[in-house]
Amino acid sequence: MVAPGADNRRVVITGTGWVTPLGNDVESVWSKLLSGASAIAPLTRFPAQSFATNFGAEVRSFDLAHFLADTDLHTKSHLHVKFALAAAAQAWKQAGLGDVSRPGQTHAGFPDLNRKRVGIYLGSGEGTLDFENYARACIDSWRAESRTSDSVAWAHSTREHFDPEYEVEQEPNLAIAHLAEAFGVRGPAFNCMTACAASTQAVGEAYCMLRRGDADLMIVGGSHTMLHPLGMTGFIRLTAMSTRRDDPATASRPFDSTRDGFVMGEGAGILILERLDHARARGATPLCEVVGYGSSADAYRITDIQPDGLGAVESMREALMHAGIDPHKPDALGRPPVQYISAHGTGTKENDSIETRAVRGVFADQAPRIPFSSVKSMLGHLIQAAGAVELITCVQAIRTGFVPPTINLNHPDPVCDLDYVPNTARDLRDSGGVEIAMSNGFGFGGQNDTVLIRRFDPSR
Amino acid sequence: MTHQTGTIAPMRRRVVISGLGPVSCFGVGIDPLWTALLEGRSGMAPVRAFDAGGMLCRLGAEIPAGFSVRDFVPKTYRKATKVMARDIEIAVAAARAATLDANILTRGFCEDGQTPTYEGARIGCSIGAGLIAAEIPELSAAFVTATNDAGAFDYDKWGAEGINNLTPLWLLKYLPNMLACHVTIVHGAEGPSNTITCAEASGLLSVGESRAVIERSDAELCFSGSAESKISPLGYNRLECAKRLARTDPDADPTSFVRPFDPDAPGSIPGEGGGILLLEEREAARSRNARPYAEILGFGAGQSSIRGDARARSEGLTNAIERALEDAEVAPGEVDAIVPGAQGATEVDDAEAAALREVFADRLPNIPLITLTPNLGSTYAGAGGLALSVAALCLRHQTLPARLHAGRCPDDLDAGPAPTRDARLRRILVCTTALGGQNAAVLLTTPE
Repeated sequence: MVAPGADNRRVVITGTGWVTPLGNDVESVWSKLLSGASAIAPLTRFPAQSFATNFGAEVRSFDLAHFLADTDLHTKSHLHVKFALAAAAQAWKQAGLGDVSRPGQTHAGFPDLNRKRVGIYLGSGEGTLDFENYARACIDSWRAESRTSDSVAWAHSTREHFDPEYEVEQEPNLAIAHLAEAFGVRGPAFNCMTACAASTQAVGEAYCMLRRGDADLMIVGGSHTMLHPLGMTGFIRLTAMSTRRDDPATASRPFDSTRDGFVMGEGAGILILERLDHARARGATPLCEVVGYGSSADAYRITDIQPDGLGAVESMREALMHAGIDPHKPDALGRPPVQYISAHGTGTKENDSIETRAVRGVFADQAPRIPFSSVKSMLGHLIQAAGAVELITCVQAIRTGFVPPTINLNHPDPVCDLDYVPNTARDLRDSGGVEIAMSNGFGFGGQNDTVLIRRFDPSR
Repeated sequence: MTHQTGTIAPMRRRVVISGLGPVSCFGVGIDPLWTALLEGRSGMAPVRAFDAGGMLCRLGAEIPAGFSVRDFVPKTYRKATKVMARDIEIAVAAARAATLDANILTRGFCEDGQTPTYEGARIGCSIGAGLIAAEIPELSAAFVTATNDAGAFDYDKWGAEGINNLTPLWLLKYLPNMLACHVTIVHGAEGPSNTITCAEASGLLSVGESRAVIERSDAELCFSGSAESKISPLGYNRLECAKRLARTDPDADPTSFVRPFDPDAPGSIPGEGGGILLLEEREAARSRNARPYAEILGFGAGQSSIRGDARARSEGLTNAIERALEDAEVAPGEVDAIVPGAQGATEVDDAEAAALREVFADRLPNIPLITLTPNLGSTYAGAGGLALSVAALCLRHQTLPARLHAGRCPDDLDAGPAPTRDARLRRILVCTTALGGQNAAVLLTTPE
């Protein structure tokens, strides 16, 4: 049991927001996740029919104006920035900080909020290239005889066809800039890009900043879309994605022996993190408490995960040690030490077997007892946004006592032998629900991040 | 990990800078950079990397020809250099230079019987990066295999065949986290690893975070800093779109364009480079008889609005500087010199000057500003690593390097032309503001 911490060293989650391929609000997405719905279908964003992977999980029926009354400042924003704004608006409202969907409420909120002490830490991705104009410039400036590009011709073509404002908005720190405009943030602002671990890392580092006293409240999470021609191209060439073109809805098969790669998704997950003393002072209701964070690097190879998952083991162990949880012992109620793990669970051969080995390495005999599911089976892989979106899954598991399933899991794989909650959500309320949940994010390039959250207990 | 709980603030572990790996238009490492700065040289020249004849700005401050990342990796890792974009090459070279400077042995460079100075799990890495521009000829050669009868890009042909003309690892060459990824692999850094992407603020934010990682006992040593090259057609195009670049008259002196804080400054000129610093826990550094350049005494960050007047756009930097001073328990009057971003783009410089006036008030005219862009160009994400390296060298040598300026400066800013001079330097503030409104400040002091 961890020693009780002072309120200024405890960090709570007071708001959450989701923009996902299964919907654009927490309640409806959660019910779809529990019902095992798949958001994966042929792509409509660009003509992808001939691509080896021609499907993905797109955000649908999305309109920023539904979340934010004052959208004038964000018209040239890229899609993922709009996702971030919409998810942040939800989180801001749930945290009792104001409703920006109503006109004139842009900087509304808790009147005593010191904007210099409000920060942002996102794992937001880059913008979406103006692909057709870019490709046109490349093609028109190619000189076949010398097999070189004429960069003067390229410059003339792009100057004629690019929209300058849209180009500037490409930069990966622009999501922060727009959030800061919408919510009046003047405190520390960071964006990290550690691939698929990014938004788990953003939450973890923001947690450390709040504990250190660098801010009182932070907007954290991630946002990304790579459902564009070069994004799909990059991952197709790496042979990292499923090519199950005949059956997209079941293509994302984490932990199943027939899995053949991940399925690309898009969206945003944003949370409000704040120090407990700050939350108490303004009368906010904590949804959960953040109790542990671990971060490591594989330092192994650029293309492969360390085969024993040692980096993942390290990040999980650090987070558990930090939270004072012994991974080998059941809790006081006889439950496993952690009652839910949101898997990184991408659906690639390599990730799922190594992640399984790593979880076994950390929890030993307790590992098979822990519900360990991958919502990527339903939402696809939201890349930089995945970690924060999945952490909200953990918040919902703690709040409701249900854990979502891994769908499309019909063919057991001998090297994936844990409890992945196959195909059907699980009701854990009879056994006391979920007290502690773990979210893992592992990035291409070897970054590993783990965040642990716990049911909020005001008496601790 | 020994996170502290309790009401009494724990004794903070202190963090020093024990190695510098700058990469600039003067080359790799400290000597070429410091010598050039003392001699008051500028690296501005017509762009070599591509034909910039279609650009408004045709100058750049490029790393000298002959630079090869293969010289900075173990023999066994040379194959991996094929998947390194320029930004990655800079970071990898800078990291190696920093370990040599700090006299630290890492996994990749151990020979038979040697052991690394630190265990891998105790080495962190945080390298600020920009969005890496894909090389245009590489993509173009593939795109032209997928055009329709009218010569336009054809998605069907691309997906079916053209796509196979790109090398399988194409994406990995351009992911921003690959700077840190390669450095962690080469040096066996298995501790916390991050990639901050906040444009010009990336380097200082990375160093601030790495210092916190060591402070909270998650590592003893961190590779920290930043690197970027925007010397590419897309890099220049985006900077033109952002209205940052000077239009360069080919007949004018290449060193005459970059004029920090000049109200009539024509704009900035890109450079390339960066700096990786080795941050080390002070007692650990002491126990191996390291000779640190500086201690990191304070850090702060803040976000500005990206709209409005200079005052509105300066709020985040004011907040960052005030927070860094508070964190360091240092009064504004105790700062002996400042390294600002000083890009020579009036919109940025105005905001920086407003923040400096707000914080330092009447004392500002007496604090020398160390402006690097006339020498090194604007190095974007790379700027933080370079600025911190120079600040550390100023503290080590108790010297202010010569300052170039071809225009005029406001009276209250000590930023005009000046020769190299000795100075008593105890505390130097490094600060910057980024396109996108992020700001950061780091306060360095001479080590005890």
